[in-house]
Amino acid sequence: MRKGLLYGLLFTSPAILGFIIFTLGPMAASLGLSLTDYNVFKAHTAFVGFDNYSRLFSGEDDLFYKSLGITFYFVLLRVPAVIIISFVVALLLNMNVKGRAVFRTIIYLPSIVPAVASAMIWMWLLNPDLGLINSALRWLHLPTSNWLYSESSVIPSVVLTTLWGIGGTVIIFLAGLSGIPKQYYEAIEVDGGGWYSKLRHITIPMVTPTIFFNTIMAIIGSFQVFNEAYILTQGGPNNRSLFYVFYLWRTAFQDTEMGYASALAWVLFIIILFFTFIVFKTSKSWVHYEGGERA
Amino acid sequence: MRQSKLALSAGYAALFLISALFIIPFVWLLRSSLMDLSQIFTMPPEWIPRPFHWDNFHRALTTLPFGTFFTNTFIIVVGVLIGTVVTSSIAAFGFARIRWKGRDAIFGILMSGMMLPAAVTLIPSFLGWKTLGFYDTYYPLIVPAYFGGGIFNIFLLRQFYLTIPRDFDEAAFVDGANYFQIYGRIIMPLSRSVLIVVALFSFLGTWNDFMGPLIYLKSDRLFTLALGLQMFQGTYTAQWDLLMAASAAVVLPCVVVFLIGQRYFLEGITLTGLKG
Repeated sequence: MRKGLLYGLLFTSPAILGFIIFTLGPMAASLGLSLTDYNVFKAHTAFVGFDNYSRLFSGEDDLFYKSLGITFYFVLLRVPAVIIISFVVALLLNMNVKGRAVFRTIIYLPSIVPAVASAMIWMWLLNPDLGLINSALRWLHLPTSNWLYSESSVIPSVVLTTLWGIGGTVIIFLAGLSGIPKQYYEAIEVDGGGWYSKLRHITIPMVTPTIFFNTIMAIIGSFQVFNEAYILTQGGPNNRSLFYVFYLWRTAFQDTEMGYASALAWVLFIIILFFTFIVFKTSKSWVHYEGGERA
Repeated sequence: MRQSKLALSAGYAALFLISALFIIPFVWLLRSSLMDLSQIFTMPPEWIPRPFHWDNFHRALTTLPFGTFFTNTFIIVVGVLIGTVVTSSIAAFGFARIRWKGRDAIFGILMSGMMLPAAVTLIPSFLGWKTLGFYDTYYPLIVPAYFGGGIFNIFLLRQFYLTIPRDFDEAAFVDGANYFQIYGRIIMPLSRSVLIVVALFSFLGTWNDFMGPLIYLKSDRLFTLALGLQMFQGTYTAQWDLLMAASAAVVLPCVVVFLIGQRYFLEGITLTGLKG
C-alpha cells in the first residue's frame, strides 16, 4: 500500500479545510438564518420556522416568481448560445489557418475586460438614439430596437452583451481540441472519411469532457448573473431584468432582510443543484474519458 | 491533417467576420474616449476623432483617485493569484492521482459547493468577517484563495490530470518515487499549460470581481478599479466621452498584462502534456 488515504487527505486538506470554513460553515449559518426574521436594523431576531419559505411560494411576494421566470428565460437563451458559438469558434481556430494566434487573441480579448467597463461599452453601443448598433441597423434599413430599455428586448440584450465574453469558454474548448491526437484523424483519412466524419466520430466524442465542463459552468454562471443586472439595468425597465441574485442582493443589503434573503439563496441553490444533477446523470452516456480513470 | 481549399477559405471568411464583431466594441470605446461630446453625438457616427482629445483621459482620471484604485486592485490580484495556483494544484492532485477511500465522495461534496450560489454563503460570510472586525479590509477578498483556490480551478485541473496516462505514475512508483515527487516532477511539468490557464482565470476573475469589493469595501480609499468606475458612472451619467476614457483606462492595464502573458498562455494551451 502507498498510504493512499494519508496522502490523499494531506494533498486535499487545504481544499477540505477551506470548504468547511468558507462553504459548509456559512452554508449551515445561512440555512439557520433562513429560518429567522433576521434584519440588521431590528433589535430582536425570532425563529420563524419555514415562514420565509411559505412567504416565497405563497405568491405574496410576486417579485420572487418574476425574478425566477426572468432568470430561467436568461439561462435557456444563454447556455445553448454560449456552448454552440464557443464550440464553432474553437473549431475555426483549430484549423490550420495562418494568423491563428492573432484571431485567438482577438476573440479572447473581450473576456479580460472588467465587467463594469464592459457594461459601460455595451450601454453605449446599445444606446437607442446614439449607439453604434442602432446606427448600423438604420444604415442597413433594418428595424432598430430599444435594447436594454424595452421590456421585451432587455433579456436578449443582456445575453448579447455576455456573448462578447465567451473567450474563456472558447479557450477551454481549444485546449480540449488540441489534445486530440492527430493519428485519430489520419485514421479517418485513410478510411476516406471527410470533415464530417472527423467531426462526428473523433472531434465531438473527444471533446465531450470539455463540453460537459463548459455546460456545467455555463448553467451555474447563468443562474447567478449579477453584475449585468446591477450595472447595466438596475433590474429595469419595470423589473423586467430583475435577475434572481440581484433581487436577493437587494433584499439582503438594501432592505437588510437577511433572513428572508437567505431563504431566497437556498431556493436558488436547490434549483442549480437540480439542473447540475441532471447534466451529471446523463454524462455517463455521452462523456468519454481517454485517460480511462479506474476508480 | 489535410484540409480542402474551400473549407479553409470559408474558415478564413468566418474568422474575419467573427474577429470584426469582437473587435468593433473596442474601436467604438477608443474612438469615443478621444472625441469631444459634440462629435460623439454626430449622426451618422464618425470613426476618426477630429481633433484627438487626449485630455479626456486626464480629465476622467483626475476626477477620481484612479491611481489608488489601481494599486488596490493590484494588491488583491497578486494575493489571490499565489494562493490559487499553489493550493488548487495540490488539491487537484490529491483528487485525481491518489486513490483513497472516500475520495470521490469528498470530491462530490466539494463539487456541490461549486453549484452552491455565492449568494448562499455571502450573507453569513459577510456577517462573519464583520464580526471579526475585517469589514472594509482586503482579508475577506484574499484569504479564501489560500484554501484550495476555488473549486472551479480544482475541477478544471482534476479534469486535466485525469487525462494523463496512469502508466507515468506506475513507472515512477516502480522507480521508488513518492507522491510529492510524482506531483513535482511528473504532473506539474506536464500541466504547466493548464496551470497558466488557471492563473490567468484567477487573475481575471479577481480583477473583474465586482460583487466582492461591493459588499466588503466601504471606504473610497480601499476601492478597486471596478468599484471606482462604477462610482464614476453614477456621477457622470451622460458624459460619454469621459466615461469611455475612464473605461478605456481601466481596460488598458489588463490588455497589456494579457498581451505580455499570452505567449506563455498560447504555448500552454497548445502543449497539452499528452505528447510529453
